Amino acid sequence: MSKDNQILEEFTSKEYEHGWSVDFEADEAPAGLNEEIIRWISAKKEEPQWLLEWRLKAFSTWQNMTEPEWANVHYPKVDFQKLKYYSAPKQKSKPKNLDEVDPELLQIYERLGISLNEQKKLQGIAVDAVLDSVSVGTTFKETLSKLGIIFCSFSEAVQEHPELVKKYLGSVVPMTDNYYAALNSAVFSDGSFCYIPKGVRCPMELSTYFRINAANTGQFERTLIVAEDESYVSYLEGCTAPQRDENQLHAAVVEIYAATNAEVKYSTVQNWFPGDKNGKGGIYNFVTKRGICAGDNSKISWTQVETGSAVTWKYPSCILKGDNSIGEFYSVAVTNNYQQADTGTKMIHIGKNTKSRIVSKGISAGKSQNSYRGQVQVMKRAQNARNFSQCDSLLMGDRCGAHTFPYIDIQNPSAKVEHEATTSKIGEDQIFYCNQRGIDTEDAVALIVNGYAKEVLNQLPMEFAVEAQKLLALTLEGSVG
Amino acid sequence: MTTLTKNKIKDSFLEIIAKATSENFSEIKQQAVEFLQKEGLPAAKAEEYKFTPLSKKLESLTNLTSATQINLSAEAVKSELIPDLEVDYLVFNNGNFDKELSSYTEKNYSVKSFKSLSEEETTKIGSIAKVSKDPFTALNTAFFQDGIYIHIAKGKVVERPILILNFNQANNGQVISPRIYVQGESNAEATFIEKVISLNDEAYFLNGVTEVKVGENAHLNYYKIQNESTTAIEANNFVSDVHRDATFTSVTLSLKGDMIRNNLSLNLLDSGCEGNMYGLYLLDGKTHVDNHTNVDHTMPHADSNELYKGILAEKSRGVFNGKIFVRQDAQKTNAFQQNNNILLSDDAIINTKPQLEIWADDVKCSHGCTTGQLDEEALFYLQARGIGKDQAKGLLLYAFAGEIMDHIKIDAFKEYCITLVQERLGKL
Repeated sequence: MSKDNQILEEFTSKEYEHGWSVDFEADEAPAGLNEEIIRWISAKKEEPQWLLEWRLKAFSTWQNMTEPEWANVHYPKVDFQKLKYYSAPKQKSKPKNLDEVDPELLQIYERLGISLNEQKKLQGIAVDAVLDSVSVGTTFKETLSKLGIIFCSFSEAVQEHPELVKKYLGSVVPMTDNYYAALNSAVFSDGSFCYIPKGVRCPMELSTYFRINAANTGQFERTLIVAEDESYVSYLEGCTAPQRDENQLHAAVVEIYAATNAEVKYSTVQNWFPGDKNGKGGIYNFVTKRGICAGDNSKISWTQVETGSAVTWKYPSCILKGDNSIGEFYSVAVTNNYQQADTGTKMIHIGKNTKSRIVSKGISAGKSQNSYRGQVQVMKRAQNARNFSQCDSLLMGDRCGAHTFPYIDIQNPSAKVEHEATTSKIGEDQIFYCNQRGIDTEDAVALIVNGYAKEVLNQLPMEFAVEAQKLLALTLEGSVG
Repeated sequence: MTTLTKNKIKDSFLEIIAKATSENFSEIKQQAVEFLQKEGLPAAKAEEYKFTPLSKKLESLTNLTSATQINLSAEAVKSELIPDLEVDYLVFNNGNFDKELSSYTEKNYSVKSFKSLSEEETTKIGSIAKVSKDPFTALNTAFFQDGIYIHIAKGKVVERPILILNFNQANNGQVISPRIYVQGESNAEATFIEKVISLNDEAYFLNGVTEVKVGENAHLNYYKIQNESTTAIEANNFVSDVHRDATFTSVTLSLKGDMIRNNLSLNLLDSGCEGNMYGLYLLDGKTHVDNHTNVDHTMPHADSNELYKGILAEKSRGVFNGKIFVRQDAQKTNAFQQNNNILLSDDAIINTKPQLEIWADDVKCSHGCTTGQLDEEALFYLQARGIGKDQAKGLLLYAFAGEIMDHIKIDAFKEYCITLVQERLGKL
């Protein structure tokens, strides 16, 4: 037992790897939230009038909304007037390409292990890096544009492809959707925009890397992915933040639109600063992610590995509108120390023969609380809808909690919906079996956890799977309960 | 909540408070009234009553006052007894204990009307089903008049099942508020059967509360049949405290009614105890049945099993919400929960939410839930062997539903339930 405690101790005292921050001159909006700030942000980004109006409308909607309290998380409320809503690294002029980007900025990403320069040379992933409120650089733009793929920062998209942005912005997550989506709609500063034209299969993984650097800021990015008929794209998202004592807010919106026969795969490795071992600081991660399978035979797949954030409140969802469309959700959520996660998915079956699959694996350690909250809804005309949900929880340590809140609402008799959930700790017999064969307890735990999460990790693109496995090993190393 | 209901209840309260002051129960009644005035009945969007808008339903009733006793014949009572089963029976006449019509031996147990309770016994009422837990418990507490208090002494085994016949006949939606308190001392054993009977088709609001204490190593079973008129509105709060090494089993059959809400809570208070909850709902028409169950594991080494099954036809709606709480001290808990549903029509709706909340790590908990229709292949298999489609369908449905009846331990009552279920399935 004492060894277990020691190992647990080691594990809980593990420092956050990406906790550093870089001081550089930043262009910031004054703290506070009002119409003036929104006008200021909009002017700063030289936005067209319609977008400003859209923002203001969202703001007035937000003012009439109240913060949701139904989630199984407890945290001191955010003072929205104390936050800064815009922070951009100061640059003399707008960079034309990566060579002109401030080297100091690029260094930040080097330190994170995402070398934009190297990425440029290596074939593989196109990266859009977002620091605080703005996108600092996008790689592989030319290669992609030859295929007609648009992959750029959101601000750029507003300038260069306003018709596309106007058409799809808010079409999946309307500004009135929820409290944080409304807030994001009002103050979002940047993000990524991705458009895959008809019949194009994106030849490489597209990736966004988010980094909060400045103190007292909120990050509000917005990602919009549009996949036209018969197209395919795989999209990755990663995030980190410096270690600070106060809580920072991250309220993003991700919208995915999949037309007929299109397929979008969205993977996230979320590693925001989770707070220290006493639960101080950390990111509030209040994110709205939703995709719509608008066309027939389309498919949206969400994969997430959640290891960071003090409080997570996130439900990547699929609206299965097109006939025969497919929605998938694969998630591993790990919480430790005082982290709280309330995450899950919504699958809304509207079209005929729609299928959805949910695999959620929660791992809680320390004094953390990990909740799965999901909804499977089969509408009246969704003939032959099929859903399979599995949500398992693994508990490590006796001070943590694992909770499941699955809502299943069926209005069609031909639907086949199955849900199963289990909660357990790593069985003594399993460990014993491994010990017997010469595998020590710690390796056995790693082996079991890895096997436990494999189903989800297998869904990640190669490049990410390695990172995710590393993260998982790091977070759970030696956490023998 | 809406002002309409609020005002109605308020008016009724004045009458109740005036009455209550002279009664034994003035204290908890006062508490209940205060709670209701503060909280009201659940609003349309209240999470616990999201799919079952009971408050709204009550608005359609124009006569929200306490129902009074009716003329009930001994023959009417006898006709509701269970064939081939010797029972002691207790009669609720519109929510009030009717001693005259009841017939019981009091062998190894005792029965008291709420009117003749000692001071100590009086304080027990409301100690398990707490007013603050649920607005309808509060409403019952404010309204109840004469309930039944059953005491099973230490080590006594009650051999004959105790049948509780709940006769209801109200005038345009009056409130009927039966209240039962069972004190099962250590090593006691007993089985209860409750039948809810509507005497005519007039709407009523039956708002019952049952509290059961299952003492150390006691074994109690509680079976309930809800087979009411299609205008009946019912809210039923059942709370049981289960003590060390004790077992409590509940089986609920919901067959007919307008809107029925069952709240079943088991508090597993000590090691070695076991809570079992089984339920079957066979619905058609516009019947709406909502089963909310809640198992609270507070101490180590306790088990709970739960299985609810439903078949929904026509425009019926089924709601299931099973909560399992496993507290930090409740290591080595085994908790299983399952909910299976078959939808027979395009207009039937099922909302299910099997919920687990776990704070202890060394536990085995699982829940499962399925919704689907009859297996086409099984149907084809039977038809290929010369069994007509309707008959084959009936067989398969019965096979699905029958599992619940296996948990009824009294053979004659089990037979009775099987007949009821088969009859019901024939009409779905």
